[in-house]
Amino acid sequence: MILYAFRRLLESVVVLFAMSLVVFLSVYAIGNPVDILVSPQADAQEIERAIRGLGLDRPLWEQYAVFLRQAAAGDLGHSFAFNVPAIGLILERMPATLELAGAAMLVAVGLGIPLGLWAGLRPESASAKAIMAGSILGFSLPTFWVGLVLVMVFSVWLGWLPASGRGPTTDLLGVPVSFLSREGLRHLLLPAATLALFKLSLLARLTRAGTREALAQDYVKFARAKGLATRRVVGVHVLKNILVPIVTVIGLELGSVIAFAIVTETIFAWPGMGKLLIDAIGVLDRPVIVAYLLVTVTLFVLINLVVDLAYSALDPRVRLAEARA
Amino acid sequence: MTVATLRVENLRTHFFTRHGVVKAVDGVSFEVRAGRILGLVGESGSGKSVTGFSILGLVDPPGRIVDGRILLEGRDLRALDAEGLRALRGDRVAMVFQDPMMTLNPVLTIGTQLAETVRAHRRVSRAAARDEARAALARVGIASPDARLAAYPHQFSGGMRQRVAIAIALINRPALVIADEPTTALDVTIQGQILAEMQSLVRASGAALVWITHDLAVVAGLADEVAVMYAGRIVERGPVDAVLDRPLHPYTRGLVDSVPSRRARGEPLRQIPGMAPSPAALPAGCAFRSRCDRASAACLAEPGATLTRDGREVRCFHPLEAP
Ligand SMILES: Nc1ncnc2c1ncn2[C@@H]1O[C@H](COP(=O)(O)OP(=O)(O)OP(=O)(O)O)[C@@H](O)[C@H]1O
Ligand code: SF4
Ligand SMILES: [Mg+2]
Repeated sequence: MILYAFRRLLESVVVLFAMSLVVFLSVYAIGNPVDILVSPQADAQEIERAIRGLGLDRPLWEQYAVFLRQAAAGDLGHSFAFNVPAIGLILERMPATLELAGAAMLVAVGLGIPLGLWAGLRPESASAKAIMAGSILGFSLPTFWVGLVLVMVFSVWLGWLPASGRGPTTDLLGVPVSFLSREGLRHLLLPAATLALFKLSLLARLTRAGTREALAQDYVKFARAKGLATRRVVGVHVLKNILVPIVTVIGLELGSVIAFAIVTETIFAWPGMGKLLIDAIGVLDRPVIVAYLLVTVTLFVLINLVVDLAYSALDPRVRLAEARA
Repeated sequence: MTVATLRVENLRTHFFTRHGVVKAVDGVSFEVRAGRILGLVGESGSGKSVTGFSILGLVDPPGRIVDGRILLEGRDLRALDAEGLRALRGDRVAMVFQDPMMTLNPVLTIGTQLAETVRAHRRVSRAAARDEARAALARVGIASPDARLAAYPHQFSGGMRQRVAIAIALINRPALVIADEPTTALDVTIQGQILAEMQSLVRASGAALVWITHDLAVVAGLADEVAVMYAGRIVERGPVDAVLDRPLHPYTRGLVDSVPSRRARGEPLRQIPGMAPSPAALPAGCAFRSRCDRASAACLAEPGATLTRDGREVRCFHPLEAP
């Protein structure tokens, strides 16, 4: 197990390294930040100074080497636009995005799995059919549209919930969060619901399919033949089996929920990394874009690592296969 | 006279499918006494498993028991509610399934799967349930049971898994065990071992055993009585030696003749011509009619059960011997 964890860690480092190269090349190969950052009236000398100041005059590989050395030291360059460390900008916005993504995932898991279980256990019931129909909607409606409709209904018509911003934040171990205050929670609700809808539908469908499949298995019939209560058959024998794919999907989706937060953050003016990225792309603020991509990739890789470890803890067959490997 | 451990009277279990009613079990009666073994034989689809599941109250929709009585130690199981049935399952009546690779839950340890069976029926501590689990594994011949409790099913061979399933079935000392082809998926040596062990375990505990199989050779070596099923009905029933040596029903005769070991070497095996009818579209009258060389116009009606002098029962208008 420890060996496996170590190997996965090493793999993660390699992935990060490869990603840094790809990100660096793709971002530094497009556009010219000088055009944007230096005033059009500037003379050649000023432009020259700006280029040298930003290190853009040196060969690409040298820029990358500098970038890598600094990245390893936690320095991803200064934002062209704000002239402050890019990584600082990203990290400052990260808690807002993580809170939004976490809240969305919580909603998706907390509703999706029970709804899916219910629909799987009573596939013929009207409620199960309603759940399935709803999940198809949740699947196919675009996020921005859902967000706008929610704002329309709950903010504009009913006036129950605020339409934008993060509301007041409370410090939790030095990190500003919204969910600890009533007002913050009210701000969090709509964006989290918007972001959650797709994942909720996905999880409900996945759980339903898994439940249906597990219920048809001999081991469930055998568990019933042993005289176990339905509660135990479903809660232990069925759930533990379908948890393996569900945890995998949750892990993978946690990464994508952070990425998809971009749209939701833009609609609800949620001050997270996604909104920062959109602004940075607008002015070709390369260090910020690079910092965003690298931070997101790091999150992805970390989450995958945790999921893999959780996966092997859940499924004894995987655990054994690794022990042999 | 003591009451039979299991008495099934005129059991009918039908499946109400989109394509019509499948009469999987259609008027089955038999009984098994404590310490006795009944072999339930018949070809694939004849309704053996459905009979077993009916007794446990585990027939799922679209199937339903539509008629008959199932008396376990004198108690009518059809009169019980869901909780009453649950309390009996795994306690007074247990079942072993055909495929040991599928019956154990892959993500729970053997120890958990044994102990939960104990705790579903008796209020005992975890430690006590674990002790019982260890003892149950030892009883079915699993070495170092203590270490095995923490193992998962995939760490066991097929034969070992079936032993675990048998240990689970027997752990609460049931009055009745239904074994649904538990050795079919295993190789011959293991099959022999498990048969012998099962026989002695059941004899030792005084449980009644219903052994479902399509293998007459197994029945000959194991059972006291045999019931031959065809298309949802029992066509012949009686002491195993009498039925296999002098079958009365043409279908039983055909089954006996198609077993290699019971015929002289070199003689060609005989087969029953034709195919079993689909239980969704049973012909009126005797269901074996289209395959039977003794059929007559009388067989267009449904044959009733005839009791013979030596205590056998046969459903045929023209049995091979006068009853
Ligand atoms: N869920 C179901 N829906 C419809 N028909 C069913 C269902 N389950 C069983 N049947 C039908 O009931 C009949 C009896 O099936 P059963 O499983 O009892 O046969 P069996 O004698 O155990 O055969 P085998 O030796 O193959 O196990 C079959 O014809 C089958 O098609
Ligand atoms: S009742 Fe008639 S058709 Fe049926 S087995 Fe007997 S002889 Fe054959
Ligand atoms: Mg069967």
